[in-house]
Formats: sequence, C-alpha cells, structure tokens
Amino acid sequence: MCLAVPGKVIEIIGDDPLLRSAKVSFAGVVKLVSLTCTPEAKLGDYVLVHVGVAISTVDPKEAEETFRYLKAMGELDGIDLPPDPVGLSLADRPAPGPATSAGPTKSASHAAS
Amino acid sequence: MKYVDEYRDAALVRKLADAIARVATRPWTIMEICGGQTHAIVKFGLDDLLPKHITLVHGPGCPVCVTSADLIDQAVDVALNHGAILCSFGDMLRVPGNGIDLLTAKARGADVRIVYSPLDAVTIAKENPARPVVFFAVGFETTAPANAMSVLRAKRERVKNFSILTSHVLVPPAMRAILGSPDNRVQGFLAAGHVCTIMGTAEYGPIAREFKAPIIITGFEPVDILEGILLCVQQLESGRAEVENAYSRAVKAEGNVHARKIVETVFTVSDRDWRGLGVIPQSGLALRDDYFPFDAARRFPLAKSCATCATECISGEIMRGVKKPHDCPAFGTRCTPERPLGAPMVSSEGACAAYYRYRSRAVEPAEQR
Repeated sequence: MCLAVPGKVIEIIGDDPLLRSAKVSFAGVVKLVSLTCTPEAKLGDYVLVHVGVAISTVDPKEAEETFRYLKAMGELDGIDLPPDPVGLSLADRPAPGPATSAGPTKSASHAAS
Repeated sequence: MKYVDEYRDAALVRKLADAIARVATRPWTIMEICGGQTHAIVKFGLDDLLPKHITLVHGPGCPVCVTSADLIDQAVDVALNHGAILCSFGDMLRVPGNGIDLLTAKARGADVRIVYSPLDAVTIAKENPARPVVFFAVGFETTAPANAMSVLRAKRERVKNFSILTSHVLVPPAMRAILGSPDNRVQGFLAAGHVCTIMGTAEYGPIAREFKAPIIITGFEPVDILEGILLCVQQLESGRAEVENAYSRAVKAEGNVHARKIVETVFTVSDRDWRGLGVIPQSGLALRDDYFPFDAARRFPLAKSCATCATECISGEIMRGVKKPHDCPAFGTRCTPERPLGAPMVSSEGACAAYYRYRSRAVEPAEQR
C-alpha cells in the first residue's frame, strides 16, 4: 500500500495548488500525477508517486548517500560501482558532515564507522 | 529505471550482507514495519543472505491487513444495500469481513470498482451525480494526503455524492504497542520509509529512547533494506538506540510539510481498532467535524456490529512479530490467496501472501531459529 515509484516529471499542468498535476514518466509509462504535495517539483525532477500523488521529490544528492556510505566503509573496494546514480563522482564528494538537524543522526554514525 | 536499478545491484547487496555478517556477533530480532519491505525481503531472498542469528520479523504495516472486519462489513453494506458505487484499492476486495467480502458483494450485483487513486473516485462521483460514491479510504500516513485531497477536491467542486469510509492507521502508536507487549521479541525496527516521507522523523526519537530500540528509517529496494539492517545491527551491537535515516533521498527530518498540512486540515487523530491487534488509543485518523458530509460512516450507519467470527487466522501474532506465516497450521492448506482465512494472505503487502508466493520450501518455525 505504501509503495511509491520514482518517475520523471515531463510536463506540468495547471497552477491551482489543489489541482496542479504533472505527466510523469515511469521508464516510458506516463501517468497523470498530482503535484499538490510537491509544489517545488519542476520539469526533469524525479518524484516519488503513491496512489496518483507525488509525495516527495527525490533528492539527487542524498540519493548518493548509500554509495557514499559504502565507500566510506571500504565496502566498494574491488567492485565496479553501478552506473553513477546522480552524475556525481563519489571521489569528489565531501566526507559526511555532522547531523544538520535535530532529526536522525546518520551522518554522525557513518562518520564513526 | 533510475533510483531503482542501482539499489538492486547484486554485488552491492552481497557486500552489505558480508558487512552485516562481520558486525553481528549475537542473535538479534529486527522488525520491518512495512509490508512493502516484507515483500521485498522475501521476494529478493534478503533474509537468506543474513547470518542465522539475525531474525527478521514482519510488522503490521499492511493497511489492508489491519482494517477491522466491522469496517469491511460496513463497506459491503454500503455497496449492497444503499445503491452506492463502492470504490476501493484492489487489495481490499478479497479480505474477509465477518460476513462476505467485497468481491462476493460484487458477484451479487453490487457496484464495486477498483481504483488506482482516491482522486479517481472523485471523478467517478462527478460522472455519476445521481448515485452515492464511497471511497474505502484505508491506509497509513503515506496514503493520508491522497485521501485527504479527495475530500478537499470534492468539497471545492461541490461533489456532494462523494464520501469516504475511513480506516486510517498510524505507525508510531503500533510500534509502541508492539514494544510494550509482554511477548515482544523485537529489538530494533526498520521504520517505513514512505510514512516518514510524509510525517518526518520526530515521532521516533522518544520511542527509541523509551524502549531502547534502534529505529532505522529504511527504503524499499534490496540495497536500502540491507543498509537499514546493517545500521540497526551496528547500533544493537554497540548498545545504542537512536533514530537513523537510511532513506535520505526521500525522507527529510520535517517530512513533507505540504502533505502534513493537507492531512491535518481534513483529519484528526482518533482511536482505531486494528484487526488482529485490537483497539490502540490515538492510532488512527478520522474526518474532522467540518467534513462530516464526506463521512460515509455517518451517511450510511451500520445498524449493528456483527459478532466476530471464530477463525484459525493468527494474523495478530504474525503482525506483532511473535510468529511467522509458516507457524500457522492453516498456511497454504486451509488458507491460500484464493481462499484466505485472513487479510495477510490476501494483500500484496501481507506477510502470508509473500511467503505463499515466494517461498514454496518449508521454513523453520520461529521458535527454533
């Protein structure tokens, strides 16, 4: 039920906040999706879509977090990385910094590991 | 598919599994809350990659599974006896109530329609102004914004024949109920990523501290899930109990503020009867009084709650992580997806359905692992 699938915004329709929608392409399958909950979404962004509603824009920098974390652990040594997920070189990324909010503390624990 | 394929990389998955094996020195039991994660774990065989002493148990994060039989009876009654068009997510149709299920009601002539989105139900209501159209609004926090939007759109567009039958549940109260249960064996959680996409992470810190259980906000692909397990095991081994976000590409600390505002406009927190778990205080969402014209429970009151039928189904124990599907004597024999005794065998997120679909081999009973 909580399944949400990432797709690319290819056309935005309307500007009324309650009715604003987008055509979203899921690897070629296009569906009309509400952008009411993601007013920041723009053409070319990837949004996570759940029951016809975009619930989040995918953060391309954070999307690299998993790979950065594994790299920091040395777990990626000796294997080929999957296609660079966000067009950023892992080697060029700064090391994880301290947690930036009162929320989760992943960065801190990653740094410790 | 971008943001999917790279998180299914087999070499990465093996590396993560190796890392977990190195870190885990003692037996630990970890619950993944969300049924979507359960299906990914069983489908990809992720639990088979873990050391034997790491046990994954499957949580109650399947809204279809926890919707009370009384509400299914009410949906059946609305569809059969009030001339309504009953719109629902497809998973709900074969879930048994106390009497018949919605698919049987449809076979008897009721107008039951499967929709992809609650917004589609509003469209059906606009196309059928002479008939009541009821959307069976089940779901966790993830689905609440879409269901709330259907009400806001119907109100804005004066679609007066539209209403929703609400069975909304909230994750954090269920986690507290599981951790506080006398037979609890869960030591750490993988929290449901998309619930946190909406609600953020603030609710989980107090739970982690009070019950000394690490909570890792986790995504849905194999690499996401194994990273969540690794972080959880690292915390357990080092005696920490913190909230960590392993799904930061989709979850911000504050959640989705636009979605939360929509939910808070339409819904208020209420007690909720969870199928298999019982009533959990302040664990659901109900329509605010301002929106009572859109409340199907008020428009079509059910005369009397039916007595709960006796059943072999042990869904409550499965959803609390006390037992696994194979521990049920009816699993795969008297209870199958075609003829389910309980909801977890029906839903695409139910643990029993996952085991039935992906596990033909026998699995050791939970107690012996």
